[in-house]
Amino acid sequence: MTDFISLFQYTFFQNALMASVLISILAAMIGTYIVSRKIVFISGGITHASFGGIGIAYFLGLNPFFGAALFAILTGTSIEWISSKGKVREDSAIAILWSLGMALGIIFVFMTPGYTPNLMSFLFGSILSVGKSDLVIMLVITLFTALFFLVWYRPIIYSAFDPEFSKINGIPVAFFRYAMAVLVALAIVVSIRAMGIILVLSLFTIPQSTAMLFTNSFKRIIPLSILWGWIGSFSGLYIANHFNIPSGAAIIFMLTIQFLVIKGIIVVLEMQKRKK
Amino acid sequence: MSKLLARLENVTAGYNGEPVLKGVSLEIRENDFIGIIGPNGGGKTTMLKVLLGILEPFRGNVDFPTGKINIGYLPQASQIDRSFPISVKEVVEAGLKPDRAWSHHLSKSQKDAAHKLLKEAGMERYYKKPIGELSGGQLQKVLLCRAIVSNPALLVLDEPNTYVDKHFESELHQWLKKLNEKMAIVLVSHDVGTIPSLVKSIACVNGTLHYHPSNQLTTELLKVYDCPIDLITHGHVPHRVLKNH
Repeated sequence: MTDFISLFQYTFFQNALMASVLISILAAMIGTYIVSRKIVFISGGITHASFGGIGIAYFLGLNPFFGAALFAILTGTSIEWISSKGKVREDSAIAILWSLGMALGIIFVFMTPGYTPNLMSFLFGSILSVGKSDLVIMLVITLFTALFFLVWYRPIIYSAFDPEFSKINGIPVAFFRYAMAVLVALAIVVSIRAMGIILVLSLFTIPQSTAMLFTNSFKRIIPLSILWGWIGSFSGLYIANHFNIPSGAAIIFMLTIQFLVIKGIIVVLEMQKRKK
Repeated sequence: MSKLLARLENVTAGYNGEPVLKGVSLEIRENDFIGIIGPNGGGKTTMLKVLLGILEPFRGNVDFPTGKINIGYLPQASQIDRSFPISVKEVVEAGLKPDRAWSHHLSKSQKDAAHKLLKEAGMERYYKKPIGELSGGQLQKVLLCRAIVSNPALLVLDEPNTYVDKHFESELHQWLKKLNEKMAIVLVSHDVGTIPSLVKSIACVNGTLHYHPSNQLTTELLKVYDCPIDLITHGHVPHRVLKNH
């Protein structure tokens, strides 16, 4: 434990903690929307397609965040458009964008001359190398998303729950669905920095699943997901340091253990109640 | 004659360039209670979508002679995702429009109106419950509360009888009769067994529309209208036509 506490004096560890705090908040809001609307697969498409943007940005010598954000937003809004038109099989369209993005990413990273960070850090993230500028971007997007949810909570959930009725009732449903597609894309992209393409969706789904063991209200799932996200990431960082294992994987492991333990306790309590 | 609320004029509409409705006209007046019957795929829901303004017709138009009216809508129950984490209270409040255009927050009096309506519907103890805990009939009640909470001039119901038991069905019919004193109602159903006794007039939609200004259905009428219907009951004495015609 003492060696863990001594870590707090290092900037890289302070940054990692700050990143977990911010990403847990952001993923709690966006993840609750994703899980409620059952668009986890769409979010997977957005996540993987963004790799195309990362590859092209590296090749052109630009900031990979902006490349990824551009690709993610284009993918998110295209899928929203495809599903609103209903002419193409939506799941196939997602799979195409998903693999095309990955393919472009691999091609451009391969073609980039000189030094490129290794593929593993894109795929699995590196929360311990998050810098000041990453934190600023995370903070700005988290604050903006929180503000959006506070001001437009009603139209956001109503456009997701029953778009047809909401449209009849005068809510600009298309605006809110596209705006949310952009926010989902941005949230995924900033979180990829810490968790990587393959692991990132865990933050958007596991804390929500744990929260939903306690409540079935959109409003309450968000704060509970923040709490579970924090506990999972802090304990994940702790065991990552203790056993010297990759931090992203450790965080997911802890988030899942947390879910299983709580689910187990609930099942046991219910069985005892039935016996009485 | 009572005030004309809405009018469909020679409407042709459908999906992906394929018309489902062909040249349909219908007038809806104050205090009307129109039952829309017809086979599945005949265009009943398509017509509602045009009336509600969520589907642009290929040809023809929809107008509201007294100005834009407030329409309450009860969608088919199958359209509702019952696992969505939303409470009964939130669903009913979805039927309210905020007083101020720039804000999406409701006033206290609006929230009280939603609460009062649920109380009247006997659903008060489910007020804060998620919709996933409701039975089919209870969910329909909540959705009907959402449709009428803003006191619409016209109430549009799409197949309100599916997924509900007989007990709820009669309760629903009582409720609709009472609501009809305050608002016009258009009710779509493929179940012609119970509709005729409830409504004041009937329209049969099967690509085209045939309006019948009373609630009496005769076999000859149906033959003319080309409405393939299996069973008819109406009036005080049950009168059944069991063969397809």
